[in-house]
Amino acid sequence: MLTNLLRVVLLILSLLLPSNALRAQDTPIDIPAGIAAMGEASLKELGQLVTDLAATGDSAVVPALTALGAGTLYFEETSGAVLIERGSSYLNPITGEAVELGADADLSKIRVNNGLRRDIAAALAGMTLMSDNPATRLTAANGFLAKPDPANIPLLDEAIAAETDANVLKAMQTARAVTILGDDEASIEERQAAVPLVTAGAGRGAITILNGARNSAPAELQPAIEAALAGLEQERAVWGALQNVWFGISLGSVLLLAAIGLAITFGVMGVINMAHGEMVMLGAYTTFMVQLIIRQNFPGLIDYSLLIALPAAFLVTGAIGVGIERGIIRWLYGRPLETLLATWGLSLILQQTVRSIFGPTNQMVIAPTWMSGSTEFYGLSITYGRFWIVIFALIVFFMLLMILNRTPLGLQMRAVTQNRRMASAMGIRTPFVDAMTFGLGSGIAGLAGVALTQIDNISPNLGQNYIIDSFMVVVFGGVGNLWGTLVGALTLGVANKFLEPYAGAVLGKILILVLIILFIQRRPRGLFALKGRAVEQ
Amino acid sequence: MLTQALFRALDKKAIWVIGIFLAVAALVPMANLLIPPGQFGHVPTYLVSLMGKYLAYAILALALDLVWGYCGILSLGHGAFFALGGYAMGMYLMRQIGSRGVYGNPVLPDFMVFLNWKELPWYWLGFDNFWFAMAMVVFVPGLLAFIFGFFAFRSRVTGVYLSIITQAMTFALLLAFFRNDMGFGGNNGLTDFKDILGAPVQAPGTRAALFAATAIALALSVLVCSMIVNSKLGKVMVAVRDAESRTRFLGYRVEYVKLFAFTVSAIMAGIAGALYVPQIGIINPGEFEPGNSIEVVIWTAVGGRGTLIGPIIGAIVVNLGKSWFTTTLPEFWLFALGALFIFTTLFLPKGIVGLWTQFFGARRAKAEQPTAPTPAQSADIERGEDPDSFGDNPQPKPAE
Repeated sequence: MLTNLLRVVLLILSLLLPSNALRAQDTPIDIPAGIAAMGEASLKELGQLVTDLAATGDSAVVPALTALGAGTLYFEETSGAVLIERGSSYLNPITGEAVELGADADLSKIRVNNGLRRDIAAALAGMTLMSDNPATRLTAANGFLAKPDPANIPLLDEAIAAETDANVLKAMQTARAVTILGDDEASIEERQAAVPLVTAGAGRGAITILNGARNSAPAELQPAIEAALAGLEQERAVWGALQNVWFGISLGSVLLLAAIGLAITFGVMGVINMAHGEMVMLGAYTTFMVQLIIRQNFPGLIDYSLLIALPAAFLVTGAIGVGIERGIIRWLYGRPLETLLATWGLSLILQQTVRSIFGPTNQMVIAPTWMSGSTEFYGLSITYGRFWIVIFALIVFFMLLMILNRTPLGLQMRAVTQNRRMASAMGIRTPFVDAMTFGLGSGIAGLAGVALTQIDNISPNLGQNYIIDSFMVVVFGGVGNLWGTLVGALTLGVANKFLEPYAGAVLGKILILVLIILFIQRRPRGLFALKGRAVEQ
Repeated sequence: MLTQALFRALDKKAIWVIGIFLAVAALVPMANLLIPPGQFGHVPTYLVSLMGKYLAYAILALALDLVWGYCGILSLGHGAFFALGGYAMGMYLMRQIGSRGVYGNPVLPDFMVFLNWKELPWYWLGFDNFWFAMAMVVFVPGLLAFIFGFFAFRSRVTGVYLSIITQAMTFALLLAFFRNDMGFGGNNGLTDFKDILGAPVQAPGTRAALFAATAIALALSVLVCSMIVNSKLGKVMVAVRDAESRTRFLGYRVEYVKLFAFTVSAIMAGIAGALYVPQIGIINPGEFEPGNSIEVVIWTAVGGRGTLIGPIIGAIVVNLGKSWFTTTLPEFWLFALGALFIFTTLFLPKGIVGLWTQFFGARRAKAEQPTAPTPAQSADIERGEDPDSFGDNPQPKPAE
């Protein structure tokens, strides 16, 4: 309370003090003369000149100082003029007009070193702090934040008093707080009061700043910094965990997409479809083809190529799925282990076919503009591509749930898988339903392929990377239960991402596999096992 | 009792198979070493190694047949046991290189020197001793199979679930062995072998000896399998395959029967891997690929599961086809293999051996009642009994 009061008083005092008067103690330097003197100044003299010029507070010196820092300020020896190089022309540093060079012009660059460059940057930040443009002022404030110098405090105080923009004001106050925190001459109370301001304002950089301050701070200041650091660390841990959860959900949604088609063919029909991964791969190649056609014929639609590819991929892979069911699978019902062999053979053929047509190299699908880039959501960074995949996976999941539970086809599918003979006796065309179910599962795999083009290489081996994971998800979640697949996919995704920082990506994956193997021992039928007589059939 | 079991095992066709492979074990090395090159009957050294590789595969296929054809456990992880046996042998061979490696370190293999390891990890100790390494060839796959099987069979993980977790097991091992920190050479695996038991690995004499060892091991494997399947235990195994619940209700401890078959089979696979590695000259994590294990299943299926000769024929025929295709029509090999998978499951559920009996042994099959129904015949029983078969399916039977 007392410190706050003191702070306010100090602030008011500092505001009341005419800061111009502070600066007026130095005799203002003549600007054109100062700039001209830069031409033949030594490094040390240059430093003094920069300080003096900046002290004038006149924005006329900004171009010259900027050019000096950027290494584009030249000295022309014949006429003794100092010029700014811009492209192929040379400008007067004060007026900004182009200067015609004589034939005998002798240009040499005015050299600066790193120390000087820092001084220039700080000086410029002070200059631009008074700019009319809020963005420029913000940049300047952040410049002070990055290079705190107690000498700048009056300047900042002046700017804070004049500031109207809330964001810029906050940045300036933070910069001031950071400066005071590092200022050995400021009082302990003042510095203590600065700590919460730094914590609140400096964002992710606060930990670094506070850590730096802790090393040099006197003992009285230590508790305040320690407490602030502890709070920040805790906050960071929470956000880190949330970020991991998001990564996990993102991975889980990819797993969900890859596995959900399998949940139909394997879970509902009992067909171990090893060619499922190849359906995903074919969906990805369909996307590639659709984009190729659009790019060549309708370039205006390129942003919508993924949306157009969705039905195309569903139809292509769905049709192939129906073909597989009619050609191969229907002879193998009731022999699940043999469907495994036949579909594995099929997957080899499909891979080799695609490899023969498109070649073994990776193909590219361009992300539409609305899927590229990322956004900051509090402490989380979220890429749009991943975000849309999560949304898409959930849409597919709920649509599939609707189809199975709310449509006649879904009813027939469930009837056939629960009791084929009875369903047949009730007049359901079981062969047709079989073909449709398998086609639906394959079509959804194709949809997954469209989404995977955004995060994976499109190669003939694409499907192989997902097939084992997909089986793990379905088996873990419980066969024949879509909700199990959802929970299974998200659990595995999140668990994977939480293990990764401790164990590394590969070891994390191994651990997950081992955990699933152990889990299957405990619950041989997965997380959400079917109960009742259906299991015994 | 042992002699009795031996007698029972030998009174079948098995004696022919064993005889043939023992003869091969003697004749091929002789044809390689004694008949000079260019003369009729000479077998070039590369062919000896190639045949040795096929025979090692045949042992692996036979091992899988013991669990799949006779006990109904479709393991998709037998490649892992094979590779573990191979790694145990590879570790012995690495230690035999001694200071002849690129870095000349007398103790550490090259890849460890390269990765800046200072001393040999504890699990490499003892592998400079041949007999210790051979014990590990048997012990490591056997122990893994025992532990894995113990938990899996005890909690009644069956059918599809078991297949998928065996696949997860080999996939996890694949990932693990790819890691450099594991100390098994990472990506490159173990290679550059020099000596085995003091004899140079590349020499024709050693290769012939390795071939003979593989052929003898195959003959012994057939003998062991024959002893098992013709014993009372073998009958129980077939019962487990055909009607697991019924066998359990009759009072048999199904899980122990399965565990026995699984462990013995894993040991056989490990031995096959150990014989394979010195003839090929390399072992790397690629051997753990789930695809490899599935390929073993197709060798067994093509030859004819539930028979002892079938998997051997299958392994040799499919690999001959692979060698032929990959040299003459490389891009068609996957088409051919894929088609073979589909064709076999659809039209040849009993494999080549089944085809043989269909064409030539029809009369004899009628005369004598078969002692064990083949898996395809027992499919009807399975439907009523096994909780893993999916629904009662009035689907048309495959064309047989």
